[in-house]
Amino acid sequence: MTRSELIQRIADDNPHLLLRDVETLVATIFDEITQALSSGNRVELRGFGAFSVKMREARVARNPRTGEAVDVEEKRVPLFKAGKQLRHRLNPDLGDKD
Amino acid sequence: MTEQTLTRADLAEAVCNKIGLSRQESADLIEQVLEEICEALIEEESVKISSFGSLTVRAKAERVGRNPKTGVEAAISPRKVLSFKASQLLKDKINGADAG
Repeated sequence: MTRSELIQRIADDNPHLLLRDVETLVATIFDEITQALSSGNRVELRGFGAFSVKMREARVARNPRTGEAVDVEEKRVPLFKAGKQLRHRLNPDLGDKD
Repeated sequence: MTEQTLTRADLAEAVCNKIGLSRQESADLIEQVLEEICEALIEEESVKISSFGSLTVRAKAERVGRNPKTGVEAAISPRKVLSFKASQLLKDKINGADAG
């Protein structure tokens, strides 16, 4: 499912809304998440999952082709952890063991 | 800088301000968006949101793990896990680049 398919599915279920407003709805959700993460904040959507940012320290890596050492600067990486409810919905047979 | 957590209520507030719908309807629509994403993933459909990132379902085979507390070996049943891959744009923004 792509962004535009998601927009179409929401629009189909809400014929009273303008397509433009559904586009704004979806854009706002992902823009807000992006902004929160850019400010170093967490995003917690119960039942769905949580987005967070983790610091990766600077390190010396190697170009796998040439073996040459390359300095990699410290950087922040976004993480996603699925919520309990979504994990259970993906694995209905597992019950509580996860 | 104090760390804050963005929640559904903050998303509803933003949608309400942007589109001018009631807070209740904004909250309902956010729920619908999250539910569509969940349903797609449950059907093992990948969800790709351009300029944000993609969520895919991966099947993990059964493996032997160890209880880290007791050291006792135990079988870990096969399961589905989600993996999130951030788009280059999201990675750049998180690192303070003004791309896009």
